Amino acid sequence: MTGQEVAFLILAVIGGLAGVLVVTARNVVHAALYLVIALSSVAGVYLLLAAPFVAFVQVIIYVGAIVVLILFGIMLTRAPVGRRVLDNSPRARAGAFVVGAGVFAMLTVFLAGAFGEARIANRAATTTVALGESIFRNYVLPFEAVSLLLLAALIGAIVLARRD
Amino acid sequence: MPLLYPLVFAAFLFSAGVYGVLARRNAVMVLMSIELMLNAVNVNLVAFNAYLQDQLVSGQVFALFVIAVAAAEVGIGLAIVLLIFRNRETVNIDEVDLLRW
Amino acid sequence: MKELAWLVPALPLAAWAVILLVGKRLPDGGAPVGLLAVAAGWVISLTILSDVIAGDRDAYHAAVVWAPLGPGLEIPLGMTVDGLAAVLLAMVTTVSMLIQLYSVFYMRGDERYTMFFAKLSLFTAGMLIVVLADNLILLLVGWEIMGVCSYFLIGHYWEDAANARAAIKAFLTTRVGDLGFMAGIFVFFWAAGSFEIERIIEGVESGSISSTTVTIGAVLLFCGAIGKSGQFPLHTWLPDAMAGPTPVSALIHAATMVAAGVFLVARMYPVFEASGTVLNEIGIIASITMLISALLALVQEDIKRVLAYSTVSQLAYMMAALSVGGYSAGVFHLVAHAFFKALLFLAAGAVIHAVHSNDMREMGGLARAMPVTFTTFLVGALALAGIAPLAGFWSKDEILTDAWNAGFGHGVEGLATSRTVAQVVFVAGMVTVFLTALYVARMLWLTFGAAYRGHGQPHEAGAGMLFPLVVLAVGAAFGGLLALGDNSISTWIATPLLPSEGPATLNLGLILASSAVGLLALALGTALYRRGLPEREYLERVPPVWTVLQRKFFLDDLYERGLVRAVAGALAPATYWFDQRLVDGAVNGAGLGTRRLARGLRYVQSGQAQWYAAALFLGVVGIAVVVTQLVGR
Repeated sequence: MTGQEVAFLILAVIGGLAGVLVVTARNVVHAALYLVIALSSVAGVYLLLAAPFVAFVQVIIYVGAIVVLILFGIMLTRAPVGRRVLDNSPRARAGAFVVGAGVFAMLTVFLAGAFGEARIANRAATTTVALGESIFRNYVLPFEAVSLLLLAALIGAIVLARRD
Repeated sequence: MPLLYPLVFAAFLFSAGVYGVLARRNAVMVLMSIELMLNAVNVNLVAFNAYLQDQLVSGQVFALFVIAVAAAEVGIGLAIVLLIFRNRETVNIDEVDLLRW
Repeated sequence: MKELAWLVPALPLAAWAVILLVGKRLPDGGAPVGLLAVAAGWVISLTILSDVIAGDRDAYHAAVVWAPLGPGLEIPLGMTVDGLAAVLLAMVTTVSMLIQLYSVFYMRGDERYTMFFAKLSLFTAGMLIVVLADNLILLLVGWEIMGVCSYFLIGHYWEDAANARAAIKAFLTTRVGDLGFMAGIFVFFWAAGSFEIERIIEGVESGSISSTTVTIGAVLLFCGAIGKSGQFPLHTWLPDAMAGPTPVSALIHAATMVAAGVFLVARMYPVFEASGTVLNEIGIIASITMLISALLALVQEDIKRVLAYSTVSQLAYMMAALSVGGYSAGVFHLVAHAFFKALLFLAAGAVIHAVHSNDMREMGGLARAMPVTFTTFLVGALALAGIAPLAGFWSKDEILTDAWNAGFGHGVEGLATSRTVAQVVFVAGMVTVFLTALYVARMLWLTFGAAYRGHGQPHEAGAGMLFPLVVLAVGAAFGGLLALGDNSISTWIATPLLPSEGPATLNLGLILASSAVGLLALALGTALYRRGLPEREYLERVPPVWTVLQRKFFLDDLYERGLVRAVAGALAPATYWFDQRLVDGAVNGAGLGTRRLARGLRYVQSGQAQWYAAALFLGVVGIAVVVTQLVGR
């Protein structure tokens, strides 16, 4: 068991636990904070997978912006606390668990069947230069499209949320 | 490391996200669960990129785009939730069922 | 002119269609259309008859293929115009025309005036089809048309439930007979290989059809005649059919439809002649019928019912004639009867119109108030009673002569009827002469004699109604001439298989005997009823006889309890239940089932996004599993 794997396992456990707590916490703010932990562990995983730039972006945008946005949303909508209020009926939860478990089972089985023997080779981390080159040479169009999308989302959010 | 590790991790996060989407009543909680799912997808993309050693680093590029789109989506999503809250005084999504039979 | 014979039924049929569609908009409600059609037919019929009288006796055939059923088998739309058909054509068109004319005045003001004339035209067409048909299927078509028109016409005043019931009774009773008739048609078809009457007669004559088959087939065919012509035991519908308007009673239930049964036997006479069994059966049934109906006529208070029972009795006379080999006697009586019975009904209609009642207890003394009606009625009544020299005398005496010859006399060569049956026929015939004259006298005195017992102001009928009466009276008076001389009716209707017996042969002793009986009965009737209505009917003094007669020999009760209750009480509700619950239930159930399914399925659209998402993910999992399991391997 290489060091890489050990590190990954630790991060995976933390992240998985945090993910479970996100969806089962009684307190909304607690759930948001657990989300922070989960997202951070994902960033760590990115580092292990030789994608440092993605990891940074993950922290900045996800943890930094999105979670803050969510916290604002919680504040503005005065979400109540208490399990009874946050979750659906036990029957719905059971159904949701079944669906989730089903999805997990399906994914695991298929992935194990397809990539059970594959290994990730050790290599150097991807440089930002290489990433930049790829984006602005090969994926310029999607890049521009995404920026347009962000503009639209910006304007849309403002329009939707303003008070008339 | 075996490719399966990050893939299973991603699958687990995804399933947790699915559970959250289906089981949570608060709209903001549902959005959070959606974020979990998107993150799982990203992990998948980056893991495959590392496995395939792509010249174009397309896995990471796509992960960046997904992050951007997720940000946009959360923004709009929260705006909508805010609007619903203003109109109906509630963020319970079972109470937003006008398109029923 | 014989080629145009097909126009005779076609014109009234066309008139029916025209009146039905546009009658209400035509002047006088469409009645002139019907009159014109039958008048045109009358002209053609008289021309054909004059040809026949002049000597053109060959049967004329014309046919058009109507329903090809297979190789070598087809049902033609064909006609046979021979002497018998010519005579009947002339009779039917004459009577129908006069009655339609009468109806213009009698039915004036009726709210269903137009429909009435439409129905009359359709009916006339039906009877003419029967007369001309050259195959049994076409005959059946005309037969059934008449049956259904009879139903419609009897039920003309359907607002009164009793009239509707009478119409249904008529239809269903004749239907029972028709079942036998249809069976008979198929027996002969199977035996002779064709529906055509000529083929069947050939088959019988040539002996290629076994005598058992002939008997069975003839008996079955006669069932239809029993129903249509009101013979025992299917006679019960005729008296009730008087619920219809009087012109209907005159046309259908005196002159034409009920004569169709007799016509059927006459048309297929070689077939009937070949079987002694069926001739005996006809003779017995005819004898029973003529006696019981004459007895029943004696105790009726409704003038139309007297005439109805009288019709049944006279039809039995015709059947009796046919049963003892008197082909031309039977046909002649048919023609004579048509005239004087139609006359009696129409005159009775004038009386009813004047006193607004059918009940003879409210009549009386009308001879002074309605002289023309009285005179014509008298002529018809005396013809009915068989008083010389009116038409009825000649025809009735021919029948009695034939019966005497077959039973007591030297016998008739080749006649298959047994002597005993012929003797029974003769005796019944003579007794009926007495009874007939008796009820005729009763009817005459109660209606026209003594003093008026009613409450209204009876007055003579209008010229429009009197004209047909006078014409018919002339026919009833002088019709006897048809049977006399070398060129008599029997030569007109003769065929190679049924050679003419020559003019009416008269047995002087018989003439004296029957006349004496008739006159005696008339005298008795006069004596009993001269002063009008007795406080108690004479027969009431014999309670058992009275009860039996009042209950019409319990036949109606028998049918009611036996058949009607079983069918209407048990079979009909069961069928209704089956139809409602099972058949309709299946149809309704399909609709209801779909609705229930929809009601259940609509919960899928709950409006809850999470439910949709769950379904989505489950679907993905499902598809993935299915695809990889089924396709991947």
